[in-house]
Parts: sequence; structure tokens; C-alpha cells
Amino acid sequence: MEKTIANKTIEVSDEVYLLNFSDWNKELGEGIAQEEGITMTDDHWKVIDYIQHQYKNDVPLTIRKIGKSGVVDIKGFYSLFPEGPLKKASRISGIPKPVSCI
Amino acid sequence: MWHKNIFDFYTYEGAKALRNKLREWEGGKLVIHITEMPIKCPVAPLEFAFLADSFFKNKGMRDKVDITFVTPLDGAFTKPKATEALHYLLEEKGIKEVTDFNIERVDYENNKIIDYADTEVEYDLLVTVTTNMGDALIERSGLGDDLNYIPTNKTTLQTEANENIFAIGDCTNLPASKAGSVAHFEAEILTENILRYIDGRELKEEFDGHANCFIETGHGKALLIDFNYTHEPVTGSFPFPGVGPLTLLKESRMNHMGKMAFKWIYWNMLITGRHLPFVTTKMQEAGKNFD
Repeated sequence: MEKTIANKTIEVSDEVYLLNFSDWNKELGEGIAQEEGITMTDDHWKVIDYIQHQYKNDVPLTIRKIGKSGVVDIKGFYSLFPEGPLKKASRISGIPKPVSCI
Repeated sequence: MWHKNIFDFYTYEGAKALRNKLREWEGGKLVIHITEMPIKCPVAPLEFAFLADSFFKNKGMRDKVDITFVTPLDGAFTKPKATEALHYLLEEKGIKEVTDFNIERVDYENNKIIDYADTEVEYDLLVTVTTNMGDALIERSGLGDDLNYIPTNKTTLQTEANENIFAIGDCTNLPASKAGSVAHFEAEILTENILRYIDGRELKEEFDGHANCFIETGHGKALLIDFNYTHEPVTGSFPFPGVGPLTLLKESRMNHMGKMAFKWIYWNMLITGRHLPFVTTKMQEAGKNFD
């Protein structure tokens, strides 16, 4: 479906994750963060950069991996993106929802 | 605490100890918990919850048992179609869900598990799925990532470590289940690609992440799911399009019979390396209700 965030109309999944990573820009990330009730700071962006970098290299993301990234520890990740940090950070990063089986 | 009021079931010792515990347990809070993904079979903990409900009902003590399913994911089912088709099972069986729970520690004194967001879940009996890792051999070889999984091309099964190393099954980092059916479907493509590699030919980018499994739902019924990297489990018929006799993503007695029959198939056909008729390596799209 289509959705307008930060004055940009983009294709998103039913759960409102970007369908095309190429649509992403910083303003859009900021807009999604606002929807999630998060005010972005430099620390937030460092995590988003890390996540996008991993995504571009086809590395599956887990909370463990982010905790060991050297960018943020798990506790810190939770305080930056409270309640479901991996999902929220993935949405803001413009990447698909982290996968599972069923 | 281990094997006294906290159990695993993916090891023989754990499963046996848990069986003995369940025989004498008088009830209370049963918590089924997944530490982190990926695990061996993503649906096994859910299957355990369904069977526990059935087991305690049969023992006439279901009212004494409170069952909670605790997962790091955002639901017991996370894919939209499966959630829609199967969420009623949890409601019907009175299984509570605690989602997005990433465990930080266990409070052994007060019998609680606590996550990074400080959510607490109390238990009397904790059945947990600990972090699943690849074999220690992978760690020693230096081929693995921090969970001892080998970075592998998801369509060719060639490792990223070296072009003459291929990987199959639960030692890979593929975004697929670490389940036997996945290894089974990978095997044919792996064989083909090793032969191609030896001949210096181009590798086939054929593995589609195909997985297939039965999920026992208790009371003599089961579900069957069939899916791959791109297609989530959907409703339909299997293995013959439009005919079945098995139904996909739907509870039925026939599926349970299918699972029982599969025991024989497993030992007499799969293990002996005989070809399974009607079940294809690549996921079949006919007979499935995609949008």
C-alpha cells in the first residue's frame, strides 16, 4: 500500500515497513521515528547507520548482533528504541521487518 | 534449578527430565520461553505449548495450569496469514502470549525471567529454549560467525569463506529454518552444485528456502505448513494441488495421521536416501491460496 511520510509518498508493507529501501532518506527516517514516538539524536543515527550497513551486506540482524556491534549495547538499544527496539529501528532504517518462520 | 524447575527439550537429557517432571507436577505457572532466534525448529516451542494444553486436559488438571508463551518475536505467529489463520488456537487453548521479550536474566530466588525492558514473567515451571549455536567445530575452524553459523550463499549453498567449501543444514546462516526438511531440500541442490563446481561450470542459484513441517496441535489434530524465502505459509492443499489429502495452515485429523505416517517415511525413506514421491525440492506454488 501507499503511505505519505515526511511529504513523501512511498510503498509500504501491511505492517508499514518500506518496500523499497531506495526510497529511504533521512527526513523519511525522521518521519517514521516521529510515528514511533522517538526523537532522533546522534546516538540513534549511529545505530541506524550500522543497521543499514548490515542490511546492504545481506547480514541478518539480531538483537545480539546489535549488542555486539560496538555502536550500542543491548540495554542502550532498548533505551534508544523502547519496546521492540529491533522492529522500530528496522522501520526507521527503511529495511524489511526482521524475519521469522510462521 | 536446571532440570528441577527449569528445563530444555532439545536435548535427550532435557526432554527425559521434563517428561519425568510433568508426570508428577501438580500445576502452577508453566512458562514456555524462547531465548533468541534462530532456534532449531521455530514452531517446536509452540507445538510444545499446544501439546501441554492437551496433556493437562487429558490428566484432568488443565484448570490448575496457567500456560504462557514468551517470545522475542512480536507474536507466537508473526507472519500475517499465519496469525490470521492460527491465532484462534492460542485463544481456544487459553495460552497467553508475552511478546518482544528479550531475556536479560533469570531471578532464580523469585522464579522470574526478566527482559531488557524490565518486563517480568513469573514461573513455577520454566521450559526454555536456550541460545542455539552451530557446532563447536565450526568455531574452531574459524568459518563461523558469532553463533558458529557459516556465512553461506542462500541460493547456491557455497560458503563465503571459500569457493570449495559448501554448507548444508543447521550450520549455515541462511534465513531459513534450522530444520530437517530444509536440509533435505538443500541436499539435491548441494549435490548438483558440488558436481558443477568440480566440472568448472556455473552454480545453480536454485535453493528457494523451501521448508515443510507438521505442527501437532493436540487432541489428535495437526497443522501442516509449506513455505520458502519469499512465500509465507498460506492455506491450500498438499501435496496434490486442489486435492490434498493434507490441508495447509489448517488444523485437521488428517494432518495428524500424516505426521504419524511420516514417522515411517522418515526412517524408511528419508534416512535411507530414497526419493520422496510428490514432494518437490522447490516449493510448489499450485494449490496454494496466494493473494
